[in-house]
Amino acid sequence: MRAKIEIKDLNLYYGANHALKNVNMDIPPREIIAFIGPSGCGKSTLLKTINRMNDLIDGVNIQGSITLDGEDIYDKNVNTTLLRKKIGMVFQQPNPFPMSIYDNIAYGPRIHGIRKKAVLDEIVETSLKGAAIFNEVKDKLKKSALNLSGGQQQRLCIARALAVKPDVLLMDEPTSALDPISTLKIEELISELKKNYTVAIVTHNMQQAARIADNTAFFLTGEMVEMNRTDILFSRPADKRTEDYITGRFG
Amino acid sequence: MVRAKFETSLEQLNNELIKMGTIVEQAIGSSINALKNKDIALAREVTEKDRLIDDIEKDIESKCLSLILRQQPVACDLRVVSTALKIVTDMERIGDHASDIAELVLNFNEEYSYNITEHILTMADTAVRMVQDSIDAFVEKDIKKASAIKKMDDIIDELFEKVKKDIADELLDSPEKSNMSINFLMIAKYFEKIGDHAENICDWIEFSETGDYKNKRLL
Amino acid sequence: MNNGICRKTTRISDYILKALIYLSAIISVGILICIIGYVAFRGIGSISWSFLSTVTSEINNTFGILGNIVNTLYIIIITLVIATPIGIGAAIYLTEYAKPGKTVRLIEFTTETLSGIPSIIYGLFGMVFFGKTLFLGTSILCGCLTLTIMVLPLIVRTTQEALRTVPEGYRTGALGMGAAKWYMIRTIILPSALPGIVTAIILSVGRIVGESAALLFTAGSGYYLPKALFSHIFKSGGTLTIQMYLSMERGEFDSAFGIAFVLVVIVLIINTLTKIITNKMKKGA
Repeated sequence: MRAKIEIKDLNLYYGANHALKNVNMDIPPREIIAFIGPSGCGKSTLLKTINRMNDLIDGVNIQGSITLDGEDIYDKNVNTTLLRKKIGMVFQQPNPFPMSIYDNIAYGPRIHGIRKKAVLDEIVETSLKGAAIFNEVKDKLKKSALNLSGGQQQRLCIARALAVKPDVLLMDEPTSALDPISTLKIEELISELKKNYTVAIVTHNMQQAARIADNTAFFLTGEMVEMNRTDILFSRPADKRTEDYITGRFG
Repeated sequence: MVRAKFETSLEQLNNELIKMGTIVEQAIGSSINALKNKDIALAREVTEKDRLIDDIEKDIESKCLSLILRQQPVACDLRVVSTALKIVTDMERIGDHASDIAELVLNFNEEYSYNITEHILTMADTAVRMVQDSIDAFVEKDIKKASAIKKMDDIIDELFEKVKKDIADELLDSPEKSNMSINFLMIAKYFEKIGDHAENICDWIEFSETGDYKNKRLL
Repeated sequence: MNNGICRKTTRISDYILKALIYLSAIISVGILICIIGYVAFRGIGSISWSFLSTVTSEINNTFGILGNIVNTLYIIIITLVIATPIGIGAAIYLTEYAKPGKTVRLIEFTTETLSGIPSIIYGLFGMVFFGKTLFLGTSILCGCLTLTIMVLPLIVRTTQEALRTVPEGYRTGALGMGAAKWYMIRTIILPSALPGIVTAIILSVGRIVGESAALLFTAGSGYYLPKALFSHIFKSGGTLTIQMYLSMERGEFDSAFGIAFVLVVIVLIINTLTKIITNKMKKGA
């Protein structure tokens, strides 16, 4: 099976700070990969590098290559709008826009020029269903998205990301601001999503990685120490540092 | 701090397993002595000690489950805890068999002039050594020792075949002692089972260190 | 020893502080009520239909402030039409586009300083630069341009504050969806900052209505009604405040209080309208 995303010899500097060191990684399609590691290990940085959200930060210098379906995403001719249509992102804090539920979902499609109401209606419904929140909000699509609970907001944000029909979903600690029940719902949703999407998730919760991820990669001080099938990484990690981290012997 | 507490709990678990192993070892030793010396009092002691072994088993199981619940161990920690859960069962069975043997000794009566075959005693000695060594291997986390012990089980199996033959002969020669013959056949079977359990313990020691159980990956 | 949770002693200093706080509140509210009350009491007598609907004229023997009301509207609208887009644009540039650094800090420092400069200095500058150098003379347009410079810092700073309070998550969220920067600003940032921007505009209106020093030598004190809608901006035109200043100078306190009352009412109406609009917008969000 060909990798959806191939990362080769990736080095990233924030000014003088060497934030990612020689990362090599193949992310297989339609699977969930979890990035784990202590704070500041570079896992979120790597996630943001995959849809070029790091471009926005000053003083970032990126070397090496990341390809999506064989296309270099850092090529000069790449249009980030189209790139981010293919690679959607969900953030740690649920961040619905201050507009109606409907307009939140329609935001992405409208960026890409979809204006017809019938088409938008259809997209809104399928996206909300895809994020398992349709039944909860179908009667209040015109109401403000800010009135939803935290867990609902996060599922709305997932629906919003799905609305542009991406191939890849990046999730940066999507449940760290949520209660256990909402977390469970999101985890179920993520497991469901991998049927159609490639998912990369950064998480501080190792049980979460163990529960939902097919592959897990462990990062330490900018280095990818080890990547393997999740059950192997959590049962017999190859690297001593991985074992120390997952068993809590770290530091 | 939490990690330190977990380390202490694992250490305690290990110590209790060693303690249980020692008690089980003593139980077989005593039951063999009772058998050799027709020592009724010692045999009774062994059967009574079996309760203690059962209690320790439950205690260790409860500790393991509590660790799984509260610490959600992964990697080597998970293997240590699950190994403890598995070998505690084997140890308890060995204790049971020691007690079974002691009970048979208690039932020996006036016609106790039975010729104990050489082979049964060799079986007994081999079984005791297997149990002792497997506990040593567990303490020392010694895979080589564990695999050496597993080979000893073949010796026991061979001896058991010999004992079976001996007893079949005995049944033909002196059918009036058939009751005793059957008792001894059972004792031999118990030793054979003890050997099996010692072998199991060694399999789990290997799993604890490598994640492989009987050359198949469990974790 | 009493270890219960019911404290028997109360600190006297607490009472004193509480009393002081109440006193401060009463004084500030009291002064406001007194001024408005006094202005209303003294001014309401001068208010009549002809006062509001005519222009002062020896020939018709009328005394009214309609011309000044119209001039005030002219100045408010023209100033805002010029200042608001520039101010909002500058604020967007400073918060969303400019890279944080010396230039931005310099610009921010300058706007802060500008907002603290006495308005008569704007008047002087406006008179010399717009009036003399650009040959606008004493005209409404000259006054408007002067006021534009004066309210720009206010609009820029208030809008910047409003833009900064827009949660960072909106930006990353929109950009993460693939929105281009300007699309994101137009669809998410500006609507979210709108209440703040409206506040900026209202504050500006307040300053414009209340301004006299900067206008006296730029827009002048004309009180005639416009003859033509557009050409009027090149004529001299005094606002209500200017007219009030002139009345006071001439010792016509009745008409000064009348104008003062009209001004107070206008300010009250503007403030109330703002509150209503901002609340509506917040609910819509």
